[in-house]
This record gives sequence, C-alpha cells and structure tokens, in this order.
Amino acid sequence: MNAAAGSASPHVVETHGVGKVFETGDAAVTALDGIDLTIRSGEFVSLIGPSGCGKSTLLRIIGDLTDPSGGELRVNGKSARQARLDRDYGMVFQAPVLMDWRNVASNIELPLEVMGFPREDRARRSAALVKLVELEGFEGKHPWQLSGGMQQRVAIARALAFDPKLLLMDEPFGALDEMTRERMNLEVMRIWRETGTTIVFVTHSIPEAVFLSTRVVVMSARPGRISRVVDVDLPQPRTVDTREEPRYFSLVTTVREALRAHLVDTEPLDDLGDARIRAEGIS
Amino acid sequence: MTRSSPLSSWLPALLLAVVVLALWEGASIVLGLQTFLLPRPSLIVGKLVELWPSTLARGIAFTASEALVGLVTGVACGTLVGLATARWRTARETLVPIGIGASTVPIIAFAPITINWFGPESMLPRVIIVAVMVFFPTMVNTIRGLTQVEPAALELMSSYAATDRQTLMKLRVPNALPFWFTALRIAMTLSVIGAVVGEFFGGPLYSLGIYITNQTGVSDYASAWAAIVLACFLGIAFYFAAILLERLLVPWYAAREAAR
Repeated sequence: MNAAAGSASPHVVETHGVGKVFETGDAAVTALDGIDLTIRSGEFVSLIGPSGCGKSTLLRIIGDLTDPSGGELRVNGKSARQARLDRDYGMVFQAPVLMDWRNVASNIELPLEVMGFPREDRARRSAALVKLVELEGFEGKHPWQLSGGMQQRVAIARALAFDPKLLLMDEPFGALDEMTRERMNLEVMRIWRETGTTIVFVTHSIPEAVFLSTRVVVMSARPGRISRVVDVDLPQPRTVDTREEPRYFSLVTTVREALRAHLVDTEPLDDLGDARIRAEGIS
Repeated sequence: MTRSSPLSSWLPALLLAVVVLALWEGASIVLGLQTFLLPRPSLIVGKLVELWPSTLARGIAFTASEALVGLVTGVACGTLVGLATARWRTARETLVPIGIGASTVPIIAFAPITINWFGPESMLPRVIIVAVMVFFPTMVNTIRGLTQVEPAALELMSSYAATDRQTLMKLRVPNALPFWFTALRIAMTLSVIGAVVGEFFGGPLYSLGIYITNQTGVSDYASAWAAIVLACFLGIAFYFAAILLERLLVPWYAAREAAR
C-alpha cells in the first residue's frame, strides 16, 4: 500500500504483534507483548489497565514517540514515523505542556506556526478553537493565569488546531479533580461528535473509559497485553444522564471485572476504578 | 497579580540606607572618628560634588566604557558558545571543559600581564578581564536554559514534525531567555567590579581604580571614598539596566513570578 492510498484506509491504527522491551541495566522489562489492535476511523477507543500495563507506551508507539521492539504497526496505512511526519495526529499529554511565554491564542497557534500556516489562517483557526473549548475572553491570558482544567482545554484546542484525523490523549485529565474531570469528559464527547476525529484515550478511570468510549481496551500488566476488549453500546449522544443508566453501570462492572481477573496475582488493589495511580513505572 | 510601583517596592531598602547613613554620620561625630579611618558621609558627598567636574566624570566615563565593552564582548561570546554547545555535541565536549577551566583562573591575577601586553593607558587589559569574568556565567546559564526544557515539550514539537531549528527558535530560545537574563544581572555587576579592580594594577590616572589607589596613597580618604561611591552607583545603574531590558524583552517572566 502506498502512502497516498493510506487516507482511504478505514483503519486508522493497525497493530500486529507489537511489543516493547525496555532494557534497564542488566534486566529487560517487557512492557508490551503481542498487541493486536485495529482502530477504525471515527472510533473512540480507551486503553485502560493497571500501572505498568504499557498503555501509555502503546499510545506513544502509535505516535512514533517511542520505537516498538517488534511487531507491525500502521497508522493511516503508513508507518508510524511517516504518519508523524505527515502530521496525521494531535497529541495531548497528562500535563498541559503549554508555553508560558505564549498566551492562550498563540499557544493554540504553535503547531500552525511550525507547519507554516499563513497568519490569517492561524488567527481564524485559533479563534474558532477558543470557541470550541469555551475559552472566549481568555485568548490573551497566559498559562499561569488559568486553572488546570482551562490549561488542559488549551492543550486540546492546540492538538486540534491543524485538523488531525487522529487524536492521541495520554491521561489528559489524570491531574484534574473529579468535578472538573467529569465536565471535561462531556467536552471531549462534544468535540469528538463535532469534529469526527478518531480518538485513542489512555486512562486509569473505569467510569471515564466507559462514558467516553465506543470500545474499551482492557490491558493487563507484566507483560502488557490486551486482556479483553469491551464494546460500549451506550447510545449517542452521551450526556450527564448516561452515567445514571443501568447499562452504564453494568458496563463499568464488566470492565472492572476484566481488570480484576488479571490483578489477582499481581496487585492487591480492591477498587481500581477510583484508584488514581500517578506514579506509573514504565507505562 | 501583585503590581507594586517601582518606588514603593524599593522604599524599604532606601529607608534602611538613609538610616544607616544617618547613624554613620552621627556616630562619626559623637565618637570623634578620624577622617582617615572612616570619613563622614557628608564629607564624602562634598568631595563627590567637588571632584565631579574636574576628575570623577572623566574617570567614571572611562571605567564605564571598559566595563561595557568587556561586558558586551563576554556576554556575546558566552551566548554564542552556549548556543553552539547546546546544538553540537562536539562543541559541548570541547568547549565546556575549557569554559570551566577558564572560570577557575583567578582572572585578576592576569591584570599585570595584560597591562604588560597593551600598556596601562589602553582599555584592552580591563576589557579582557571583564569579558573573561562574565563569559562563564553567561555560557552556563545559556546552556542551562537551552537544555532544561520539559521532555514533554520536546515530544510535542516532535509530534508536529518540527525541525531542529524550529524547536530551537520556538522552544529552547524562549525557554532560555529568563536564564540568560539572570546571567546578565550577574554579569552587569561583575563587569564594574572587574573594571575597577583591574585598574588597581594600572590604568590612566583619572580612571576610578587608579584614582582610588592614588588617593589612599596620599591619605586623601574622602576622595577615595567618593570614587568608591561612584563605582557603586555605576554597578547599580548597570544592574537596573539589566532589569529594564528583561522587563522589555521577557515581560511574561516578571508577570509570572509576581503571580506565584
């Protein structure tokens, strides 16, 4: 398949037997092993699992920020490297990673400057994105003048600035409080609906994964493997009421049990759904 | 955000200075201190006014020029070497050890030698001393600012397929500016010290350093003190110039620090 045909592929991400081994001194740690995953255009896929299951590593491999140790990987039908060079995806990290010397509008315009968009186009896009993430009136503010949730909204707007068809989100709301997190979840849902972007979303939170996703990929640790894929058949559009539905609760239970099945012999965590594990060794 | 006017933020320091000067003046009179031990502030100020047109104005102009030329040279070299070392590994491996070596040299000890090379009337001996003195802090801070970048920010640039040059201009350089200005503040005060102390070993008769040595030699301590006070003012002026430049070029930095 040549690169030009790539955009026609319905498979945004396709991995076959992808693995990752970290060499740490004399010991080798297998972070990922035999990952087979296909993500179709327009999906919202969450990667969830305990610390060290390699979910962040998998996301970083898709984004060509980390090299896999083995296996095959296609992003938009191309190599991950080519996809990155073609600016096929936008990335959102756990930390907002905003430039303090830039205000909200020019932070959003950073990728556009790098990619050589003309000035008027940049201004038009950043104005539209400020609106999309509901930060009107804050265009001229600097990062330190914003709350954590607002900073992360700027990061999301920045990732969307150049219309990538794929959005990679690495625990974007991990550092936010529960209330802000739920509001941000609704926003991401809305943005996903309005933009039609394919989203791959790494999270520690079961409720978040179930609420947002069309599919939840449950992973287990040591070595990092996909233990189960849960289809989330909750109706769209999802709203605050979605979290009250019995089907939502049963799916949360399904994901929790899928996680627990592999936890028994590894980690004695009794409620992973609420566990916010920040210090994630290798993932 | 706290926005205090320059005057009110400097008021406590100014007040303390006035109190200390008043105590000094009072104690000198009450204790009957000899002028050659410690002249009263009023005497020093008197000398300053008296000597300004004939001697001191020319002296401070000369010393300030030495400091400024040395400063610009040293800061420019330190910045360029810093940029090169952050960019090229070979430069890092060859230039940083040399820079560290240069910083351990007791540079003032070279003053007699440089004077021997260029003659005491020339500015060059002090210019070289000042340049070498300010080079190292500038280089170290430039390298620190260019390299102490959030790893995630580098990955972000990588996710945009940014070129090395773009990463330098849009991430590393802006990140380095506050570090660079910290170096500039240090360099500004160092440059005046370097120029004046450099002159102790030789220079034109009117230069501040030579003037101080000569006046103490003939026990005219009030005049020596007047020259010292002038050198202080020069250092303070340089320091404020650095702050002003910083406010102009990286206004966000002061605003962020004030917000914290």
